[in-house]
Amino acid sequence: MKIFRIIWEELIGMFIDDGALALFALALIALVTVAVKALGLDPLIGGGLLVVGYLAILAESVHRFAAKKRLS
Amino acid sequence: MDNLTTITSTILTSFLASFVEIVEAFTIVLAVGLTNTWRSAFTGTALALVILAILILVLGPLLQLVPLTALQFVVGVLLGLFGMRWLRKAILRASGYIPLHDEEKAFREETETLANQRGLGRADYLAMIAAFKAVLLEGVEVVFIVIAVGSTKGLTLYASVGALLACVLVLGAGLLVHRPLARVPENSLKLVVGLMLTSFSIFWTGEGMGVSWPGEDFAIVVFFVILSAFSALAINLLKSSHSVIAKEQTL
Repeated sequence: MKIFRIIWEELIGMFIDDGALALFALALIALVTVAVKALGLDPLIGGGLLVVGYLAILAESVHRFAAKKRLS
Repeated sequence: MDNLTTITSTILTSFLASFVEIVEAFTIVLAVGLTNTWRSAFTGTALALVILAILILVLGPLLQLVPLTALQFVVGVLLGLFGMRWLRKAILRASGYIPLHDEEKAFREETETLANQRGLGRADYLAMIAAFKAVLLEGVEVVFIVIAVGSTKGLTLYASVGALLACVLVLGAGLLVHRPLARVPENSLKLVVGLMLTSFSIFWTGEGMGVSWPGEDFAIVVFFVILSAFSALAINLLKSSHSVIAKEQTL
């Protein structure tokens, strides 16, 4: 059974390495989708927000990791 | 033009991503074969391939039932999590914050573990499980990549060709050199794959939300360029801050 647990953990790890990054990405997608589908935001602006959001999330994640490393 | 861009980027992404994954699985299978027995290595590999085949046979028809827009959205979201994880790691590796992946080291560690297990009664079983786990886990990633980059535009066949080419190339090179493929620039490849997967993710998530990207499929190339510029900048900034720390530590 241990092998299945390891496989399950690895499968989750395929998508979630830095929990905050995954959470921010999902929150960004949810917010932009709601803004486009329910609030009538121009889809292209929504797409632009997605690009900028992805970059910001990545920047935050690598910056946070580097800052943590510098402190340790 | 659009079709050519899509087909080329689909094959290339699938090929490069699968190549990296298969190299990693190959290292473990080789360690099992050389340290234990080739029977354990091949049994573990074959079992994993059977499970992967079942996965493809089940997932393939299921995906055809999902409406295209929903499929694009779900694939886009999953690809985003998957691709950004690769990209983040690649940026941190390139800037020196985490060590580079080393196939020789992975091979050495696996060989040592297997050698330590040699005296145990179930050494063959443990070796077989090691090969099984490596092929299954890396294989699941290959299956996901093929489905993710291929399914939304009905290009699963092209994505599969990319993965198959990678498999043939790695196994061919592996048979030739009979040692881990340590000279493969794995870390650079992972950066490129991370950029490609994240570009696909933005494109599919947007399409799933109803975005009509200017330039249609060519937008993927634009995202790739934007993400590349961002990554280069991030690597340079992090590299300089890392070298300052390294200097401070040596003083």
